[in-house]
Amino acid sequence: MSKNIILCGVGGQGTVLASKLLSAASMAKGLPVKSAETIGMAQRGGSVTSHIRIGEGAYSPLIPMGKADVIIAFEPAEAVRMLPYLKKDGVIIVNSRPVMPVTAALGGSDYNGTEMTEYLSKKVGSLTVVDSDKACEELGSSKIINVLLLGAAISRCDIGLLKEDIRSAIGRIVPEKFHSLNFRALDYLG
Amino acid sequence: MSKEFLMGNEAIALGAMAAGVKVVAGYPGTPSTEVLETIAKRNDGSIYVEWSINEKAGLEVAAGAAYAGARSLVTMKQVGLNVASDPLMCLEYIGVKGGMVVMVADDPGPISSQTEQDTRTQAFFSKLPLFDPSSVQEAYEMMIEAFDFSEKYGTPVFFRSTTRVCHGYASIDVKDPSEYHKYEVEGFVKDSSKWVIFPRLSLQNHAKIVERNITLSDVFSEYERNFIIPESSREHRKGIATHGISYCYTMENLDEGNMLRTFRVATPHPFPEKKALEFLEGLDEVLCIEELDPVIEKELIFICGKYNLKTKILGKMTGNIKTAGENSVESVGAAINVFLGKETGKAPENDAPALPVRPPVLCAGCPHRASFYAVKEAMKGKKTLYCGDIGCYTLGNAKPLDMVDTCLCMGAGINIAQGIGHLEPDTNCFAFVGDSTFFASGITGVINAFYNQANMTLIVLDNSTTAMTGHQPHPGTGKTMMGEIVSKVSIEKILRAIGLETVETVDPLKLNEAIAKVKEVAAKPGVKAIIFKSPCVAIIKPTGKNIIDPEKCTNCKSCIKKLGCPAIILKDGRAAIDETLCTGCGICSDVCPFGAICGGESNE
Repeated sequence: MSKNIILCGVGGQGTVLASKLLSAASMAKGLPVKSAETIGMAQRGGSVTSHIRIGEGAYSPLIPMGKADVIIAFEPAEAVRMLPYLKKDGVIIVNSRPVMPVTAALGGSDYNGTEMTEYLSKKVGSLTVVDSDKACEELGSSKIINVLLLGAAISRCDIGLLKEDIRSAIGRIVPEKFHSLNFRALDYLG
Repeated sequence: MSKEFLMGNEAIALGAMAAGVKVVAGYPGTPSTEVLETIAKRNDGSIYVEWSINEKAGLEVAAGAAYAGARSLVTMKQVGLNVASDPLMCLEYIGVKGGMVVMVADDPGPISSQTEQDTRTQAFFSKLPLFDPSSVQEAYEMMIEAFDFSEKYGTPVFFRSTTRVCHGYASIDVKDPSEYHKYEVEGFVKDSSKWVIFPRLSLQNHAKIVERNITLSDVFSEYERNFIIPESSREHRKGIATHGISYCYTMENLDEGNMLRTFRVATPHPFPEKKALEFLEGLDEVLCIEELDPVIEKELIFICGKYNLKTKILGKMTGNIKTAGENSVESVGAAINVFLGKETGKAPENDAPALPVRPPVLCAGCPHRASFYAVKEAMKGKKTLYCGDIGCYTLGNAKPLDMVDTCLCMGAGINIAQGIGHLEPDTNCFAFVGDSTFFASGITGVINAFYNQANMTLIVLDNSTTAMTGHQPHPGTGKTMMGEIVSKVSIEKILRAIGLETVETVDPLKLNEAIAKVKEVAAKPGVKAIIFKSPCVAIIKPTGKNIIDPEKCTNCKSCIKKLGCPAIILKDGRAAIDETLCTGCGICSDVCPFGAICGGESNE
């Protein structure tokens, strides 16, 4: 088994923790993992991506274009940006909440993300759009988008990991006072 | 042995610890920073670790330790090596007793650097052996080997890696602390004929270094990290020579049914000539797949000339590999296809909607935004020059602030402002420098300005940390990497000691006071300074959130146009505050002409 997963979003959205949870869960199952992340200047409000390669046979930590089994996107335009990496019949889990860059506000653009999700629905057979605003409100925290999307990904497609694997990774990595919140976020979308 | 999931830089750090490193120094710089941080974090107290004030200081500290027989490590990014070049070039002539590794992270792309310089080229220039790993596991193992080679041959060695290895993660095998290399440090043994550099000693040692590198070329031909695959490739007529992460990209494009004879070079200097001859034997053409400089390509061309081989060497110099930027699985695949005369599949048509551009920006609540805005407002209508420098505050160049007219390298802005100022006496010359950069290489610039009678205003943006690289301590923070609390070095006292009469410390978030102070200080003659002191927003708790009063807001969008804060967005055509980003710094309430923005919910 070998799985290629791309996480993408905007600096500060929590893609790094999601990537850590996936890697830790895979390690615990004895699977080899490689990953790569955007670090440094790009973190300041820029586009960020994590590539995670689980299983044997990968040389490069970066996933080649057209080889990602699943893209977990924290922001709709970032999902479109990473679309060339998705394999044929690949899966996309996308958060519908847009993050407007300063340049868009300055230029008077009213980018709101809907044209991105509409484009994705035309291009991607297996697309799940997650309304994180609603989920965050019901869960009572804005800091759980990462685990919410991971939960959705595991429910919608086979990434070689079960919710139980992520749950025990949360138990090891996330501070205890946030455990129950994260467990609820993981199961929120069924 | 045990398995750990590690970042490349963490693996490099653990490799150094397994090799018995006792002194570690460095200066933060992406993508090298995590090496030193990991050693500090995992230190049981037996290793001395410091963030030095710059790379030159760090290299000299490490050299001293190696003189005394300890294994030492110095870490930096590629441009940091320029700062450390003076001691490094000389150190090679003196040599070391304990193993010493100079770990340099190169940044093809460049992703977060000023240059795309190649430390492999610096290895030729400085004559140091260099190790260039391709993966996280290899980085760990080669670090240990690098120390062994260094000690055996009495020379500092380069351990050079690039962003994709430094910041790649993998689950790898690492040694348990009980398996680490253990030894007694002999201490420094006085011998002025060995440790004092004089022309006669340099002449003698120069000859020895050249001879040693010829020996090392043979040794490296036997070094298992310089390998040729597959073993049974006698019938091949075409081959690939590659290195570092490009080796991984190459392997992603080759498989058992589609294999070329491939030479992976782990030590480009001294170049493993005998191994290269073995590789070249029977080949008509070789494609060199490299990032940054065509180092392997030039070596192979040289060897073909020397041995009168007919093999055609292709690469950057023949236009087969791009000359700038980083490689990718795709770019390498396309180059291999051209090399083999195969068609590359056309990229699918891109019919995606226009994507929002996301250039990096100053964070919401960043005090630098207030500092830049204060100077901009104070100098409205005047002829000005704003020399920037290296750090988060380089991002002050973005619109709408547009407050960085020049940026070159660490500390350069202070001197560039002087150079322009001497030609344009009617220009109000400003130099912006961060606190960590001030200590690293700003102080000499201020002394130069004061001594040489320049007219300029120095703005020190003191946010009490080294923010861009991830919040490292520096002399002004009063903390060390050994966990000690020490006396803080005062920037104000340094400036006063130089002789500056006007040194004002101002809170930039009190925007109107800050603007008044800039007007006052800039009007004075000579060299004068303002220290804008306010901590980095990432290391303090936000004070609250601002809100826009819809009754008072006329939707003039001044807040957006003046500040460019990521927390002020357009929602249904109107300015709105993104409460997930706002920190309540409040400068937007100062710039709003209608008093429509005020402190909303407070965390206090």
